Amino acid sequence: MSAETISEKPPAIAVASVRKIQQDPAWVRWGLTFLALAVLGVLVVIPVINIFVEALRAGVAVYWNNLFGDPDTLHSMVLTLTVVPIALVTNLVFGVAAAWLISKFDFPGRTVLTALIDLPFSVSPVVAGLMFVLIFGLQGYLGPFLRRDGYAVMPYLISLLAAGAFLPLCFLACPVPARARRGFWRHPRLVALGGSAVVFGLFFFIQQFFELWPHHKSLKIIFATPGLVLATAFVTFPFVARELIPVMEAVGVDEELAALSLGASGWQMFWHITVPNIKWGLVYGIILCNARAMGEFGAVSVVSGHIAGKTDTMPLRIEKLFQEYNLPGCFAVASVLTLLAILTLVAKTKLESKLPATASLHGKKTK
Amino acid sequence: MSILVKNVTKTFGNFTALDNVSLEVPDGSLLALLGPSGSGKTTLLRIIAGLEVADSGTVLHREEDITHQSARDRKVGFVFQHYALFRHMTVAQNIGYGLRVRQAPKAKIRARVEELLKLIRLEGLEARYPGQLSGGQRQRVALARALAAQPRVLLLDEPFGALDANVRRELRQWLRNLHNTLQMTSLFVTHDQEEALEVADRVVVMNEGRIEQVGTPNEVYHNPASPFVHHFLGNVNLFHCRVEEGMAYIGNTPVQLPAHVSRDAKTTRVYIRPHLFEIEKTPDGNKSLHGTIKHLNPAGPVVKLEVTSDWGDTINVEIPNERYRALQLQKGDEVYVRPKEMKFFSDDYSI
Repeated sequence: MSAETISEKPPAIAVASVRKIQQDPAWVRWGLTFLALAVLGVLVVIPVINIFVEALRAGVAVYWNNLFGDPDTLHSMVLTLTVVPIALVTNLVFGVAAAWLISKFDFPGRTVLTALIDLPFSVSPVVAGLMFVLIFGLQGYLGPFLRRDGYAVMPYLISLLAAGAFLPLCFLACPVPARARRGFWRHPRLVALGGSAVVFGLFFFIQQFFELWPHHKSLKIIFATPGLVLATAFVTFPFVARELIPVMEAVGVDEELAALSLGASGWQMFWHITVPNIKWGLVYGIILCNARAMGEFGAVSVVSGHIAGKTDTMPLRIEKLFQEYNLPGCFAVASVLTLLAILTLVAKTKLESKLPATASLHGKKTK
Repeated sequence: MSILVKNVTKTFGNFTALDNVSLEVPDGSLLALLGPSGSGKTTLLRIIAGLEVADSGTVLHREEDITHQSARDRKVGFVFQHYALFRHMTVAQNIGYGLRVRQAPKAKIRARVEELLKLIRLEGLEARYPGQLSGGQRQRVALARALAAQPRVLLLDEPFGALDANVRRELRQWLRNLHNTLQMTSLFVTHDQEEALEVADRVVVMNEGRIEQVGTPNEVYHNPASPFVHHFLGNVNLFHCRVEEGMAYIGNTPVQLPAHVSRDAKTTRVYIRPHLFEIEKTPDGNKSLHGTIKHLNPAGPVVKLEVTSDWGDTINVEIPNERYRALQLQKGDEVYVRPKEMKFFSDDYSI
């Protein structure tokens, strides 16, 4: 025992002396700390506090009225809360699928796909918005058709989505047990293809038969909610995939193979093994994606057309109120957006402090 | 025959991992796939498990063709090299997973998990996470997880590869005993010849995607079928000999050629294991090889000598400690070594 205690002491001393050697003089430390705090205070803390001060300057009642009394402002909040979840879910599905594809499979064009995922990051949001205007706008490629009989495309679109969703589900869920695989069931690819064709036909037939979509009516994408969703989803596309790819690559495929060899189906493997392993990456990606989607201005500004009470999201509404010299109203909406951003940050920090203990990535990668 | 592999070929790009491999695994046997890295042993194991698809060939289990069955339908227990334990599940959840996905009742899962924990001697650790276990414990949990759903075959990929020497030796014996208790057909992959010879009933020596030899540890060690097997199992001295008038010459020492070696060849190779030398300080007719001791290592039960021969080759010799003491050998001594057993291979073989 005594030998142990003796041998433990010297390293402690060594660590202390190393720390002393590495430490800079006090004035450098205090100077740098002060500088950092001053810059942070002037550039971040004071403006953020100012938003809330300005918003609440005339009292809580006025603040409340500014937020909920103005129907256009109210609508902008509702619109943001509609557009963001749709874009988020879309990106979640596509992000997980893309990350899965890139990290687990090796195929020609993999690097190109990785670069393409990053494209929305590097393209200016205004250009992204313009892109959609050029495709779906009145003078765009699809504009005349959408204006003439836009809803005619809906049955195809919905049926295609359903058939596309059926394909991976068919492989993941693997509905027929192996023992029953006789005759037609022996060819799972054929079953999947045939099944998705049937799904497509079924959805198409139902939509046509019940005439769910109006005929000869223009379908507005630009200057309407679909355009807002498209632009938001495009700009925030890389967040989920970018977060997941490194996590999935670090986790590897061994655990998933182990699950399969233990008799799990693809569906069970995904929910029991893959999702828990990428859980934190997923949550982190969603938070970042959400923050960006709510604050998105450039791309949305181009496709929205700024129709008050129709296509104004919160950031657009703030700009408009500001230009109308309605400063209290402007700051009231801004405070809500800021509050959401702060909440997101808090959530992110909470997760990060939780990460090392239970995370998949840093947990027990001893190899 | 529990597992029958027929003419399996597998390529990865330009690399041929398995080249027309056929293998029989008898029921209840413990079989080792032994070979250097890149010899295709892990690929063969994964094809049997269904984790890899063969380009051609068939895999049978008791006459049932399982070539196109998915991994989940094959009911094999697979133990991964790095364990691949589910890191977010406890030990008990890990072990019970194979039963959970087959919708076994909860009470049954719990009973089976307890039984297996007893088997792997980790009672009381069921609530731990894999990250809180040592390497040897993780290995045993991985084994228990593979055994839980009562697989038809147990496949182990380098089961002791990532463990330190002591734990490895201990687990090796434990696996041997476990196999004796369970009598389950098992295959394990290893590159450690000692491990294969000690644990397995039968050893399959693989090289460059082909099977070199299948046999009991005794057979492959004492009767290697090819120079490669001879080289891979244990230390060996290799001499290139001239062939003249039906005799082979190691340096200047003539030795009788066995019948199976072609007398027409100009040269041949002879393999002699280090412990199959007789060592003397005086010449014994002209049957001995002459040389000087360059280095000797008397630590351990056998004394290892490096002898530089007259013609320049180094001969590795192992002699018992008593013999070393009786002869009072020193570094620089002139000695005569006489091979007791030789293995000849014609030069058209290549390693």
